[in-house]
Amino acid sequence: MTASLSSVSVVFGREFRAYFATPLAAIFLVVFLALAGAMTFFVSGFFARGSADMAAFFTWMPWLFLVLLPAIGMRLWAEERRSGTIELLMTMPVAPWTIVLGKFLAGWAFTGVALALTTPLWITVNWLGSPDNGVIVAGYLGTFLMAGAFLAIAACISTLTKNQVIAFISAAIVTFILVTAGLELVLGAIRGWAPYWMTEAVAALSVLEHFQRITQGLIEAPTLIFFGSLIVLALMINTFLVDLKKAQ
Amino acid sequence: MTTLVEAHGLKKRFGDMTAVDDVSLSVSRGEVVGFLGPNGAGKSTTMKMITGFLEPDTGTAQIGGHDVWRDPAAAKAKLGYLPEGAPAYGDMPVADFLTFCGKMRGLRKAQLNNRLAEMAERVRLTEVWSRPIEALSKGYRRRVGIAQALIHDPDILVLDEPTDGLDPNQKHEMRNLIREIAPNKSIIVSTHILEEVEAVCSRAVIIASGKVVADATPRDLVGSKDDGRAIQIRIGSPEEASVIEKIKPLADGAELEVMERINGSTRVLLRYNDKPEDTRAIETRLKSADLPVEEVGIYRPRLEDVFRDVTTRIH
Ligand SMILES: Nc1ncnc2c1ncn2[C@@H]1O[C@H](COP(=O)(O)OP(=O)(O)OP(=O)(O)O)[C@@H](O)[C@H]1O
Ligand SMILES: [Mg+2]
Repeated sequence: MTASLSSVSVVFGREFRAYFATPLAAIFLVVFLALAGAMTFFVSGFFARGSADMAAFFTWMPWLFLVLLPAIGMRLWAEERRSGTIELLMTMPVAPWTIVLGKFLAGWAFTGVALALTTPLWITVNWLGSPDNGVIVAGYLGTFLMAGAFLAIAACISTLTKNQVIAFISAAIVTFILVTAGLELVLGAIRGWAPYWMTEAVAALSVLEHFQRITQGLIEAPTLIFFGSLIVLALMINTFLVDLKKAQ
Repeated sequence: MTTLVEAHGLKKRFGDMTAVDDVSLSVSRGEVVGFLGPNGAGKSTTMKMITGFLEPDTGTAQIGGHDVWRDPAAAKAKLGYLPEGAPAYGDMPVADFLTFCGKMRGLRKAQLNNRLAEMAERVRLTEVWSRPIEALSKGYRRRVGIAQALIHDPDILVLDEPTDGLDPNQKHEMRNLIREIAPNKSIIVSTHILEEVEAVCSRAVIIASGKVVADATPRDLVGSKDDGRAIQIRIGSPEEASVIEKIKPLADGAELEVMERINGSTRVLLRYNDKPEDTRAIETRLKSADLPVEEVGIYRPRLEDVFRDVTTRIH
């Protein structure tokens, strides 16, 4: 077990540093912050709303992450397969799941860095008024969990191709479907013809539904289980696919 | 002697094509096996199965007594592997990459630092130690790959074309390195350079179309074809075909075979069913017929000839 944990941390260290080995990471963080800022201040009218909370910021997160996390996850396995380094990795005396987990955690930590850089907004809100900081903490928790789920899906999909662009686009499409599953627009379209259980199943898959509840400050078991199981399931499929696809 | 690598009946198909067809191989401690074969013969595929990267359709492989599929962690711990093309993380400096590989292999602290220092010195990486791998020349990249395979001082080494892309001095050093570490290890090296096999390998295994077609010491391989029943001549003329026609009636009923053509001269074999008569007599006969014939003598095959012979036959 300690050996497994230590290989998770060795992989994590390499992958996390790899994000900063190119200027891409910096570009990424800047784009994320610029978009998050633009959406919050200009589109949602942060100041005009006149309320001291971060709802204007969190509302946009699912839509930003839809693009951001496939971009963070796309290289995790596609690049490994393209360059052939997967052959080195998979002949190391460690369990494949430890590599899958280490890579995932590195991407997640990178997302954490991006989120941490938005805290000036939180400080500003506190400076302007007296917000319910509990709700904001819940909002960050929900955002981080959602990021984990999107990233796990992106990592999983990146095992299927050697091309990062294809990995990016496919992951963005899958994530888009997950986000929009709960929209009335989509549910309405299904409801007309599909049986009740199917509509319910699609609605239950909705990231938006769970995300909105947690950003209102409701930290509930079903939401935690929803994001947690999405992550675990995607990582399990990831481990399976790596083994299946590594030599092709 | 302990057998450190034991592969049995390895088979692998890709779609309709059988890439490796029933390959068995066992390597003892102290042996260096040269793995030879034409392009696409299945060398890399066999190595991938032995190292536990690729699962064979049928067959088993054991490394240091551990089955690579049933007990992968134990088997892989004893293995150092240089995959074809020496893949590495291009964005990492050499030092970081080797540190990563060492840590993945369970090395820590002082032990890791000792091994890193030894690799820097032995594989001669000091000069490029802190440069990113993608900025290195092909030869240096290959050396980083070798260092990565050796970092944990494994009992078993599988090297897929380790000298590809090295300059002659580097090739020489690589051979010395392999020879130096060989006594305590089992080493499998694939290569297209036959002199290398004669220089470092205690055994040569030749595969063609996925099957083992020869497995012996380089000396025995050459010896097996060296029955003194053929005469080799060199024709120093571009009109080789007409010269060969003229040689035929003078050759005591030998079967003629063109071996190779280099720089406008052609090496021709006269094969006999029995030991040929006096080569001198044949030489005199050919020369008096005014044919452009040089170097008449009993044929002593080289490894290259044996290689061509066993890999171009129809199986
Ligand atoms: N992943 C794969 N999918 C389909 N075919 C493959 C795959 N890998 C190898 N092959 C085929 O298997 C055969 C053996 O390939 P292999 O790479 O083992 O040859 P090799 O002996 O290493 O050749 P070389 O000397 O060129 O390195 C080739 O015909 C190759 O095209
Ligand atoms: Mg090969």
